[in-house]
Amino acid sequence: MNTVPRDPAALPRLLLTLLALALLWPGLSLSELDLTALFRPDNASVMGGFLAGFWPPAHDASFLQLLWQATLETLAIATAGMCLALLIAMPCALLASRALSLSALPRGGRPAWWAQALRWPVRGLLIVLRSVPEIVWALLFVRAVGLGPTAGVLAIAITYSGMLGKVYAEIFESVDPRPTRALLGAGSGRLAAFAYGVLPNAASEMLSYTVYRWECAVRASVVMGFVGAGGLGQQIDLSLRMFAGGEVASMLLTFLVLVLLADRLSRLLRERYT
Amino acid sequence: MSIRLDGVGFVHANGVQTLADIDLQVAAGERLAIIGPSGAGKTTLLHLLATRLRPSQGRLELLGEQPWTLSVRARQRLRARIGLVHQSPPLPPRQRVVTAVSAGRIGYWSTLRALLNLVHPLDSGGVRDELARLDLADKLFERCNQLSGGQLQRVGIARVLYQSPQLILADEPVSAMDPVLAGHTLALLNREAAQRGISLLASVHAVELALEHFPRIVGVRDGRILFDRPAAEVSAAELQALYANAQLQQAPAPAMAPQPLMPRC
Repeated sequence: MNTVPRDPAALPRLLLTLLALALLWPGLSLSELDLTALFRPDNASVMGGFLAGFWPPAHDASFLQLLWQATLETLAIATAGMCLALLIAMPCALLASRALSLSALPRGGRPAWWAQALRWPVRGLLIVLRSVPEIVWALLFVRAVGLGPTAGVLAIAITYSGMLGKVYAEIFESVDPRPTRALLGAGSGRLAAFAYGVLPNAASEMLSYTVYRWECAVRASVVMGFVGAGGLGQQIDLSLRMFAGGEVASMLLTFLVLVLLADRLSRLLRERYT
Repeated sequence: MSIRLDGVGFVHANGVQTLADIDLQVAAGERLAIIGPSGAGKTTLLHLLATRLRPSQGRLELLGEQPWTLSVRARQRLRARIGLVHQSPPLPPRQRVVTAVSAGRIGYWSTLRALLNLVHPLDSGGVRDELARLDLADKLFERCNQLSGGQLQRVGIARVLYQSPQLILADEPVSAMDPVLAGHTLALLNREAAQRGISLLASVHAVELALEHFPRIVGVRDGRILFDRPAAEVSAAELQALYANAQLQQAPAPAMAPQPLMPRC
């Protein structure tokens, strides 16, 4: 008989799906997720009243002036934080990445054990930098340097340097290693081999990730505004407390525009560099 | 003496002995072609000489130094004096030809100079001269991904010539070129090496190209040197033995022996 042989992957896939569902269930019950709460009439009317206050968005001249100031401050916090983060992340990524290993050259890309051991402290540093959430750093720095944007900048710089460093190091390792190895094999220094061998291939991915992180930094700076680190977040916090829904709506629209702009910028840079 | 190998062997990471008992001496300025069937160990031999691989046995001496007894820094300085032409040139697709060729010299430059050169080419004249030798002067500011395979191979050769090393190792340097261009390029490589007193070792697929352009021929088979003699003394029987293949039973060879040994591209 010509029965089609059964797909040998079918059973494992089924079992994996069941396992995933079985693991998901305790997660749902532990987080006490209760979707029916959304649809209870009293809750719905409270939320409806809250949302109704959002319309129309506030647009009087003095508020727009305030909004403009806060937006600029938010952008400044995000940009300054990212610049500081880059200053820490680049050297760390270069040190943590295996892509520039000289000892890996005659071993088909696997560095010697001692070279790997030397990379561990840098990887550890990057893990420490990014494992504490930026809001915690912000709370800490608000105590240390007082209310205002400085705390936000420092918090973003610390957390984001950890993220950028880790991802950059992985991007360096994921691009075609042959140009770099050829240069190292022709006697070049490591930094020069990076600039001539890794960077041309990694630049577009690095750019796109950096712009995405900048976008995240804009959002994060807003969250940190709630704990007093300046910018749009502080304004949203104030407006929410005063039940000024129209102002909140205007600020949310500003966000939409900012994220949209970041998206366009990223698209533009990628098209230019790929 | 630019190369001296005594009983050099190489065991691959999976335990296969790719090269065994290689004895080879190359004087400064000597030019030789390495021929042999696919998988004979030609590339491994070149990579050993380029210090891309470390020999498992034997003694290796390059340009008067033993690379694997040197410090890391001294070994990098030695590597800058050895040029390796790759079969498929490892050039980033978006890099410009002028940058790719000038990268040949970054072994000699300070990091600062290398970075400056990346921002603005410091010696586009010198790069253009090397490219002009290979008929590529008009490609100076093109990107590498706009070139054909044969043009890329010539950019790779221009880069190694620009490096101006004391020893050039070439791994199938003309495999992506048509026969006429391949002959022209091999002739050029030999001429430049002879003029500048550079030792040249090239692995070549096409036997008649090797015999035509190189004064000395080394036949490699199964990781061993089968013969090593001047091109004029290589006999048809030796070539038959070099390429004889039990698996691929070919039609009986006609009277002219080198006939079935046409380019195996």
